[in-house]
Amino acid sequence: MDIKSMKNYLYWLYCQFELITCSCLMEPWEKLLFYTFNITMLVTVLYTAYIFVPVHISMAFQFFLHLFGNQHENTVSIVK
Amino acid sequence: MANPSAVCNGHLHHHHHQKQNNLLKSGIYKKNGITKGMKKNGISNGTLYKKTFIEHFEQAPMYVAVLTFLGFGVGTVFGYLRDFMRAWGLEKRNVATEREQQKDFVPLYQDFENFYTRNLYMRIRDNWNRPICSVPGPQFDLMERVTDDYNWTFRFTGRIIKNVINMGSYNYLGFAETDVNALKTVTIELQKYGTGICSTRQEMGTLDKHIELEKLVAKFLGVEDAMVFGMGFATNSMNIPALVGKGCLILSDELNHTSLVLGARLSGATIRIFKHNNMQSLEKLLRDAIIYGQPRSRRAWRKIIILVEGIYSMEGSIVRLPEIVSLKKKYKAYLYLDEAHSIGAVGATGRGVVEYFGMSPDDVDVLMGTFTKSFGAAGGYIAGKKDLVDFLRTHSHSAVYATSMCPPVAEQIIRAMKCLMGLDGTTQGLQRVHQLGKNTRYFRRRLHEMGFIIYGNDDSPVVPLLLYMPGKIGAFSSRMLEKNIGVVVVGFPATPITESRARFCVSAAHTREMLDTVLNALDELGDFLHLKYSRYSKSSHPELYEETRLELED
Repeated sequence: MDIKSMKNYLYWLYCQFELITCSCLMEPWEKLLFYTFNITMLVTVLYTAYIFVPVHISMAFQFFLHLFGNQHENTVSIVK
Repeated sequence: MANPSAVCNGHLHHHHHQKQNNLLKSGIYKKNGITKGMKKNGISNGTLYKKTFIEHFEQAPMYVAVLTFLGFGVGTVFGYLRDFMRAWGLEKRNVATEREQQKDFVPLYQDFENFYTRNLYMRIRDNWNRPICSVPGPQFDLMERVTDDYNWTFRFTGRIIKNVINMGSYNYLGFAETDVNALKTVTIELQKYGTGICSTRQEMGTLDKHIELEKLVAKFLGVEDAMVFGMGFATNSMNIPALVGKGCLILSDELNHTSLVLGARLSGATIRIFKHNNMQSLEKLLRDAIIYGQPRSRRAWRKIIILVEGIYSMEGSIVRLPEIVSLKKKYKAYLYLDEAHSIGAVGATGRGVVEYFGMSPDDVDVLMGTFTKSFGAAGGYIAGKKDLVDFLRTHSHSAVYATSMCPPVAEQIIRAMKCLMGLDGTTQGLQRVHQLGKNTRYFRRRLHEMGFIIYGNDDSPVVPLLLYMPGKIGAFSSRMLEKNIGVVVVGFPATPITESRARFCVSAAHTREMLDTVLNALDELGDFLHLKYSRYSKSSHPELYEETRLELED
């Protein structure tokens, strides 16, 4: 039952996408072209995010750690 | 420059601002309290408006505008793609193109209008120009048509879709009927006079029927004299040039109908536009006109005429007649009121916006109207003082060159008007007007409760429902037809590009069941297409408001 309402909801979302981007008005080959383009862009964006985002986050994390790390050493040296 | 109606109460001043969010919900207790207060006093206390004037022009949330532009963007991109393919021969050309010999001349089909027609309008073209095959009463029959090549050509299957509920015809009082008893006099006149006149008014085309009709129209409106013409559009476009000429000034509303615009341009007078129903804009234009006069010679204008309509058919708004009349009297201008949609449809006895605001017809210089909408016939009239109408009889282009109204149509108008005035001995006319008022208020209230964005005045039978996105225009119309309801959707050239709408015309012939069918279908479709953008929907429990009203009465 829950699966059915979930499927209905997803179908409704798909219909909204179709209405908003006028793809319900397109001929079949135009729809194919449009969806191919969209899915390609989406896959590219996701793939780029998958490859680069963890590397960037870890680099940023290290940078901030290094910053705070240096300060820590400085305070230690002053105390000395 | 005090705005007199602002003195009345802060409530009215709220609703003067166009495109401002409607605070009806938060102000509803105020509305009830103040309405009761005004009724209790019983005196007009010097204000211009004798009853509350509520208009809605709610703006949709920002994401709706963004998504609308997105939809148009995708459509435009695909439009360029298809144009490219057509130009390079990759696709068959169905459109009008220039011949080979004309390729070096100025291009004919490059402007935005043609681009839009080729690429966007063609895709949803099956929602317009649908042929009907019965009288356009509250229900009608449609000829079914299909397309094999995506709306470039249509063919009829031969099947007829029966009893489609009609929410698009301008049949406000329900006089578009085929009942034999009702049309008895029309049949007699048809057999007596035939159908053709074969002449213009000034030659041999004035019949006794026309004289009878003109006297009846003058009596109906409460003016001295009237003149009738064969076509409503031609009434405006052919008579305005007779009334004004070069050296005169025309102040016309932003959203006036094409017939008024055409008549104004044909006349050769200077035209200035004021913002829709905006009295500050109109007053500024009037002051500038009087202070600065004509552009180069600085002489006074020969005539200043204000062109407005009673009900604007795309917005459903009613003109602010009391304010315009007070402005016209102050600055000595003339007023031309086009009551095409409002005659028969508003007012306690159906006599139009002049009666709706409780004013006298002497305040308006030229009263114009059509018989197409509320009377189930064709043609138009101009009414006013006898001098004006006598002048038009000799100087109007329509009187000299256009064929006059044919007798059976004149008889249909006579019988409809007699019914409205009660001269046929029944109260049927008044009942129709009341039924229209009830239907209008019910329909609008329910649509507001459901959460749709509706434009216009609460008393106008024209109800525009906003759709915004181009993809939804086609989907809305075709799904409503599947549910056996015929609606009119309007898109770009007739409305601003982001505000496409579906326009409903409520009729006195609609029964409560028909309206409920339509409202239920709209509810369902509104949820499916996600059209309920209003942020101010009233709750669907009116009993609570009744209680509030009683409390405030103490």
